Amino acid sequence: MSGAIPKIRVRGLKKAFGPKKVLDGVDLDVPAGTGMVVIGGSGSGKSVLIKSILGLVTPDAGVIEIDGVDVLKAPRAQARALRAQIGMLFQNGALFDSLPVWENVAFGLLAEKKIRRGQARDKAVAVLAQVGLADSVADLSPAELSGGMQKRVALARAIASEPAIMFFDEPTTGLDPIMGAVIDELIVDCVKRLGSTSIAITHDMASAVRIGDSAGMLLDGKIVWQGPAAGLLSSDNPYVDQFTHGRAEGPIKMALRR
Amino acid sequence: MNAVLNAIAHLGAVGLNALGLVGELAMFAGSGVLAVVRPPYYPRRIGLALMEIGFFSLPVVSLTALFTGMVLALQSYTGFSRFNAESAIASVVVLSVTRELGPVLAGLMVSGRAGAAMAAELGTMRVTDQIDALSTLSTEPMQYLVAPRLLAGIIAMPLLVCIADILGVMGGFLVAWLKLGFNPNTYLINSFSNLRTDDVVSGLIKAAVFGFVIALMGCFNGYRSKGGAQGVGAATTSAVVSASILILALDYILTQLLFSK
Repeated sequence: MSGAIPKIRVRGLKKAFGPKKVLDGVDLDVPAGTGMVVIGGSGSGKSVLIKSILGLVTPDAGVIEIDGVDVLKAPRAQARALRAQIGMLFQNGALFDSLPVWENVAFGLLAEKKIRRGQARDKAVAVLAQVGLADSVADLSPAELSGGMQKRVALARAIASEPAIMFFDEPTTGLDPIMGAVIDELIVDCVKRLGSTSIAITHDMASAVRIGDSAGMLLDGKIVWQGPAAGLLSSDNPYVDQFTHGRAEGPIKMALRR
Repeated sequence: MNAVLNAIAHLGAVGLNALGLVGELAMFAGSGVLAVVRPPYYPRRIGLALMEIGFFSLPVVSLTALFTGMVLALQSYTGFSRFNAESAIASVVVLSVTRELGPVLAGLMVSGRAGAAMAAELGTMRVTDQIDALSTLSTEPMQYLVAPRLLAGIIAMPLLVCIADILGVMGGFLVAWLKLGFNPNTYLINSFSNLRTDDVVSGLIKAAVFGFVIALMGCFNGYRSKGGAQGVGAATTSAVVSASILILALDYILTQLLFSK
């Protein structure tokens, strides 16, 4: 085992909502500059996992390290600085519908005072170009965009501050297969160009293989399998095999019946 | 026996839920007030909230105050004329409007308009992950979303009530002059001879408190809404109902405090 500190390290992460254990001792390592894909059924805790790392959900127990520092125990300012390295693409885009597209894209830069308001529109237009959107889009409202364009704007917002870590929450959900593939390509391009470390959660197996270096499967609050993303579709792990091939019969259904 | 125990358990659960909610509201209010005084400040957001709460509520508050003053003059005349006390109408109208009706009716109207809008906007932002997105973009949602609205509520409501007071008194004056045949000069002299500064100031203090309550309940209910469109609808209803009840209850408490001498 290499002595290098993973960019993100999670150990024994637990979170319950009332009697329901959503995360029940999750362990995972994401080395710097690599992309991990987490797959799992609806309600398996994928979103809670990344929201815990982001600090949007407070876990009940466990360790979350970014660059070797436990963000759950670090002073608030240090934890905030570590988490400020994370850019997030939300499942539905989560664009601010009261702001035009360019302000959405430049929002983080303005909040961190990395840029003056007068320069923000030009910077936003440049980032929009990186995700294949014309500058005519900049002054539109998010509600005026198609689903695919909203995803691109959300991706532009996530990459605008050139984050060292990127999270993608079901990036292709709700898109047609071609647009899904386009978004995947943009994600791979952006992550490579920025040299970021990424975690993506998805139900879309084609997308998982395209954007991940490694993969893990979350089931009943635990990571039940980890391996290379390229091996997802050929894995002989019964859980992964059933999930990736969408079979109704198999151990996951038995687990649900339990 | 079981039915009795179940009923007691149910009552206990309801009580605990209510206490939990009060605690949650108190924590939210505390965080909101801290967010108002702590930097960073968002002057643009404060300006937008002032427009939303103050400027856009002006027509409904103005009409409410005008008609209330008019009705008050008519009703007072009906009652007072039975014991030849018509000359007191001017004082009754001006004192009722400035001390009571101006702030309370403006509060109820703003709660129905701006409080509902706040809850709906924040509720939609919550269920579409926009509030989480703010956190991931180095922005504290309490400071960006809640603090400007609380501040705007405290500033805008007294301004609205000033206008409501003027229009309410004017409504009474117009009815007294044009409909009831009062001498306009005498009516105005009667109006202002009994009006003291603390009558107006106490109304404005009430207005500031009501403005805070309206913004607080709008933000609190929107901020914690969940469950999609239905949850946002429930949050909006809850914001208006809770703010309205709190306005009426606080009106009694403030009246007791401000006029107990």
